[in-house]
Amino acid sequence: MMSALLKTGSLKMKIIWAVVLIMMCLAPLISTEFRLSLLAKFLALAILAIGLDLIWGYGGVLSLGHGVFFGLGGYAMAMYLKLQASGTTLPDFMGWSGLSGLPWFWEPFRSFPVALLLGIALPALLAFALGWFTFRNRITGVYFTILTQALVLITVTLFVGKQEWTGGTNGITGYNAIFGFTLHSAGTTIALYYITLAVLVLAYLLCRRVVNSRFGQVLEAARDGENRVRFLGYDPAGFKTLAFALSGALAGIAGMLFVLQVGIISPSMMGIVPSIEMVLWVALGGRGTLIGAVIGAVVLNAAKTGISEAYPEGWLFVIGGLFVTVVLFMPNGLVGVYRHVVRLLKRRGEVVHVPVSQEKPKVY
Amino acid sequence: MDMFVLQMFNGLSISSILLLIALGLAVTFGLMNVINMAHGELIMIGAYATYVTQNLFISYAPQAWFDVYFIVALPIAFGVAALIGWLLEVVLIRHLYGRPLDSLLATWGVGMMLQQLARTIFGAPNVGVSSPAWLNGGLTIADGIVFPYKRLFIIALVSVVLLCMYLYIYRTSSGRRMRAVMQNRSMAGCLGISTRRVDGMTFAIGSGIAGIAGCALTLIGPIGPSLGTYYIVDAFMVVVLGGVGKLVGTVCGALGIGMFNTLFETYTSASIGKVLVFVCIVAFLQWKPRGLVAIRTRSLD
Repeated sequence: MMSALLKTGSLKMKIIWAVVLIMMCLAPLISTEFRLSLLAKFLALAILAIGLDLIWGYGGVLSLGHGVFFGLGGYAMAMYLKLQASGTTLPDFMGWSGLSGLPWFWEPFRSFPVALLLGIALPALLAFALGWFTFRNRITGVYFTILTQALVLITVTLFVGKQEWTGGTNGITGYNAIFGFTLHSAGTTIALYYITLAVLVLAYLLCRRVVNSRFGQVLEAARDGENRVRFLGYDPAGFKTLAFALSGALAGIAGMLFVLQVGIISPSMMGIVPSIEMVLWVALGGRGTLIGAVIGAVVLNAAKTGISEAYPEGWLFVIGGLFVTVVLFMPNGLVGVYRHVVRLLKRRGEVVHVPVSQEKPKVY
Repeated sequence: MDMFVLQMFNGLSISSILLLIALGLAVTFGLMNVINMAHGELIMIGAYATYVTQNLFISYAPQAWFDVYFIVALPIAFGVAALIGWLLEVVLIRHLYGRPLDSLLATWGVGMMLQQLARTIFGAPNVGVSSPAWLNGGLTIADGIVFPYKRLFIIALVSVVLLCMYLYIYRTSSGRRMRAVMQNRSMAGCLGISTRRVDGMTFAIGSGIAGIAGCALTLIGPIGPSLGTYYIVDAFMVVVLGGVGKLVGTVCGALGIGMFNTLFETYTSASIGKVLVFVCIVAFLQWKPRGLVAIRTRSLD
């Protein structure tokens, strides 16, 4: 894992990477259990952000529907945990809603591997289907974004409406153990943290590989000039659909890990507002950089935790202001600002000509 | 039969509200290719403007005048929303032309701030606006079929707004300039049209219509800071389905979604109905990806 990571970038970057990773691995030693679980939650969300960056930063397709994919993964995991917690009896909310037997589609979630598989496959399939029906018809840009937003709206309506199957507004709660380990015990917290960290690194490496491959090149080309790519004989729709499906799968994984950290999933976590907040993580960190997505997700969620604790009214002002600021003044996010500063410093220090722009023009 | 007529009326009523909200969106989206996510909040501003007008009438006007407050509130809601929309255009949107997705994010941020602002000023709970007495009751068509006056009034209001929009866009010189900018911005600029002023004007008009929509929504139920968000996604679907650029597309889109929504919800449930409408829209876009009515263009990126 480390070696693959070390293959990319300059020596200085390699060292920085190694130091960051080692620090992340040592975090459980110095951190309290509460903070560690919080950090693990942010890292789980960062997995989703990487996937979102893949489709937005590299594919040029803005999805406001990632809350749905996240939620599907989360519900898959929660259904498994709930069935384990209920044992042979019916999950409590089904009883309250007057169901007498377990719905057939709940049955597969009795087994952990199947639940795990479905938590990845369901969001990927949904993303694939939506992408298939839209990209193929050249429904792009804003139209697609609006369709994804509608997808969120109807999914939330459906999940709230089908209370007997999904727990309604409350979502699925009331489970606190996996494989017999209590979710909030110290050992489980640390184990979950390491699992989340490992999955995050794997997801990052996977996406790094994807964007560096031919596939990623075509994806980027389609972002910058879809028709030209089409004239060259490629089918941009296929590339976008696959990238969107992969992005959905990553969101599903993030949802599963999130449920393990938090112990609840409800429609309010997959609604329109969370979905668009996810986009802000990527925008603030810097789209089209992958690592920016991770930074943005962790920074913004940490900020949200801090600000909502101290001044709950203020969060909406902060996030609203951030949307405006990021779009107007830092279109390439924190990573873009960092690169800009580095470039300025270099230019001042050396007389040697430094190529001004390594970045590709961004046309959305 | 009674049931069916009532459903049709309900569908028409929902369509008219959707149309009123989508009209403003279609104007800004079609002309400037700007996705204004703060449109919902402009609706909210219109609704609160009505609320404030009502309170002013209660406090300062003689009791007998109360019933006319709604007539006064309509232009006030239009004016306030148009002013705020114009400010928004000058301060923010102007810098985002040609970047539709960025405009979406930035205006969403503005919307969040406006929502929080409303929550700070008026409080988080919903407030009620009592509708004027002459709108209570309904028109009895036959036994068991009653059309509420409020709904009829909204349908009439939408028709008037639509007529005004039509006259403005197709019969006045500033409307002609607006269409010129919409179809070919640079050419219009070359011919001496101040595209900046047209943009500001158009955005103000679109926002003003949102204000009227907010005013109309006070007849239907209580209003709150997140009033606009309930309708915004549906309204965008109307624009997508109808296609950008012509009023007739928006009208057909609103009628289609409103009617189908009511139909599906009658025969299934509210949540399944929404899913079915969405599936129908995606299926329809397979056939006509640009929506029902779209301006033909040969431009390519």
